[in-house]
Amino acid sequence: MSTSHLDHQDFGRIINSTLADPHLQKAVYTATGRLMSHRRSAIAPHLLPDYQELREQARLVKLHTIENLDWYLEQFERNVVAHGGHVHWCRDAEEVAATVLSIARPRGVKLVVKSKSMTSEEVHLNDRLAEHGIESVETDLGEYILQLLKQRPYHIIAPALHLTRYDVADLFEEKLGTPHDTVIENQTRTARVVLREAFLRADMGISGANFLVADSGAIVVVENEGNARLSTSAPRVHVAIAGIEKIIPRAQDLATFLKLLARSATGQMLSAYTSFLSGPRRAGEVDGPEEFHVILLDGGRTKLLEDEEKRTSLTCIRCGACLNHCPVYRKIGGHSFPWVYSGPIGAILTPQFHGLDAEPALPFASSLCGACAEVCPVKIDIPKILLRLRSDIKESEKETAGHQFERMAFRAYAYAAARPKLWRRLTKLGARFSGPGIRNGASLPVVRDWLSQRDLPAPAAKSFRELWKERRR
Amino acid sequence: MTAREAILGQVRMHLRRVPCQAPPAIPEARIRVPVMDRAARIEMLMQRMIALSGTAVHVATLAEACNTVAQITGGASAVASNAPLLREAGITALPGVRTGFTVEAELRALCATAPFGISSADYALCDTGTLVMMASPADARLISLLPPVHIAVVPADRVLSGLDELFTLDALPADHTSSTVFITGPSRTADIEQLLVRGVHGPGEIHLIVVGEG
Repeated sequence: MSTSHLDHQDFGRIINSTLADPHLQKAVYTATGRLMSHRRSAIAPHLLPDYQELREQARLVKLHTIENLDWYLEQFERNVVAHGGHVHWCRDAEEVAATVLSIARPRGVKLVVKSKSMTSEEVHLNDRLAEHGIESVETDLGEYILQLLKQRPYHIIAPALHLTRYDVADLFEEKLGTPHDTVIENQTRTARVVLREAFLRADMGISGANFLVADSGAIVVVENEGNARLSTSAPRVHVAIAGIEKIIPRAQDLATFLKLLARSATGQMLSAYTSFLSGPRRAGEVDGPEEFHVILLDGGRTKLLEDEEKRTSLTCIRCGACLNHCPVYRKIGGHSFPWVYSGPIGAILTPQFHGLDAEPALPFASSLCGACAEVCPVKIDIPKILLRLRSDIKESEKETAGHQFERMAFRAYAYAAARPKLWRRLTKLGARFSGPGIRNGASLPVVRDWLSQRDLPAPAAKSFRELWKERRR
Repeated sequence: MTAREAILGQVRMHLRRVPCQAPPAIPEARIRVPVMDRAARIEMLMQRMIALSGTAVHVATLAEACNTVAQITGGASAVASNAPLLREAGITALPGVRTGFTVEAELRALCATAPFGISSADYALCDTGTLVMMASPADARLISLLPPVHIAVVPADRVLSGLDELFTLDALPADHTSSTVFITGPSRTADIEQLLVRGVHGPGEIHLIVVGEG
């Protein structure tokens, strides 16, 4: 897995470059703000009076499924096979690539059309296919732009959120040889023409899945452009790649989940297209794929099951609402996060999938304000999980010098804070010596980093205790 | 050990479960079907369709539905699905309309060039303005997907209140079709600067004709 693991220093450098770019700051802030207000209108009580009940139902159903995951995975598999489809199990990215190749090569596949799939981003599939001479084209407009730019998604549901029409005009002129055009409608039409040709020529379509429905052996794909519909119905082979946690038990549960997903993501009641697909075309159907494959990926997910609290991370339905509402994501953006999942959900998924030692900085990229938990449609308590991960990291750092120093510092603080006389004397001393040089941290070795982004407030001339004494007099 | 055995083994070990162990009682599916008369459903469906920037009309007879289709296509080339309703209405006999495809290559070639695709829908959901399209010998997928304009003719008694009612009537669509697609408005994107553009890969225009007594 070619993941770039970040320590605290790298993390800081990328964040600083994002903070220093005013265009990027504005783009991210505007886009996430718009998504926030769309969501707010879509769940307004007069439009969706049972919103909170739906959230609770979604949480209960997802949790039940995760807690009995083996049962529902096997039920799903049986039903896919009963409808003439195939199920492939993969432990990691390498196995996914090998499986896709084992389907593509004997069938002489030359061109693959892909519709947006975060799970396939996890496995860097396009590179692996290219090594074997198989061309793959991303067909979601945002993903297509990113593929031409060789970038990864900036946001779970708005992958090219950080780019402007001018970036796209330059890119299309350079890569497609079309005239420089900054009108977004025309840019969209250009992509339609180029990609339409690919859809009709492709031998294989690869999609993700928003849900795997156990009682139906079906996958559900939610989208707006129609590229997922085309990828899953025009080519003769359809391969869906999904994490094992995407299971829901019954088709009837969609009456709960579909009401929450699009509203939380884009503020739509339903997305333009929701496809519920079960197996290859049946007898007499004029079109549709001749083969239907589902690849189930573990990719670090089973590790989360052991702990009751951590396993709730697997109930995520990838709506992206926690990103839009996160004051940290809105400042540092999606590419500051080291892996495909960014924002609060990325901060809990990435270190748990890859191991805490690989991603020690991420759980600290949060102010713990709680907005993510409040908007989560399946009520994942993200701040609580972040705290758990922080505590796990600190536990593993017990023997390091930094940790020893921190422990001593807190012990000293506890000693002083428990002794009023000493405390009074120390605060007085502190007030006298806290010039601006100290308050902005320039001259303090240990807290310099912390103070580089903050100033300590200037102490008052008199302490509260002194004022209180004077009043009583 | 196969990957399948390894993954299921990991899952069971961490969850402390054994093979074939039935799960405890699952929370009941949450289904709420509101009481609405047909006229109110049709009214709401049309409002929602127009809010999604489609057009919507309600006509009493199949002949009127056919006239409406003729006005929209203006005799231009169109692909119609094999749905009996379209034939009964005389829509498949309109000038420019071709139908009766059983060979995929022919269907695909025409869908890729025709400006209009005409289909029925198995159901419409009034609370979201959604068309429910189930693939069958009578309804191909590409007709509502490749042409830039989609015209859907839906019988009035097929207008449901919403997803909950659909999954009450048909709890397991996968038993009879390989593809159930929910279409809610035209194809759209907001991927560049969050600006809404319609008609990316699918139709940019949808015309709904509800036919039958309200």
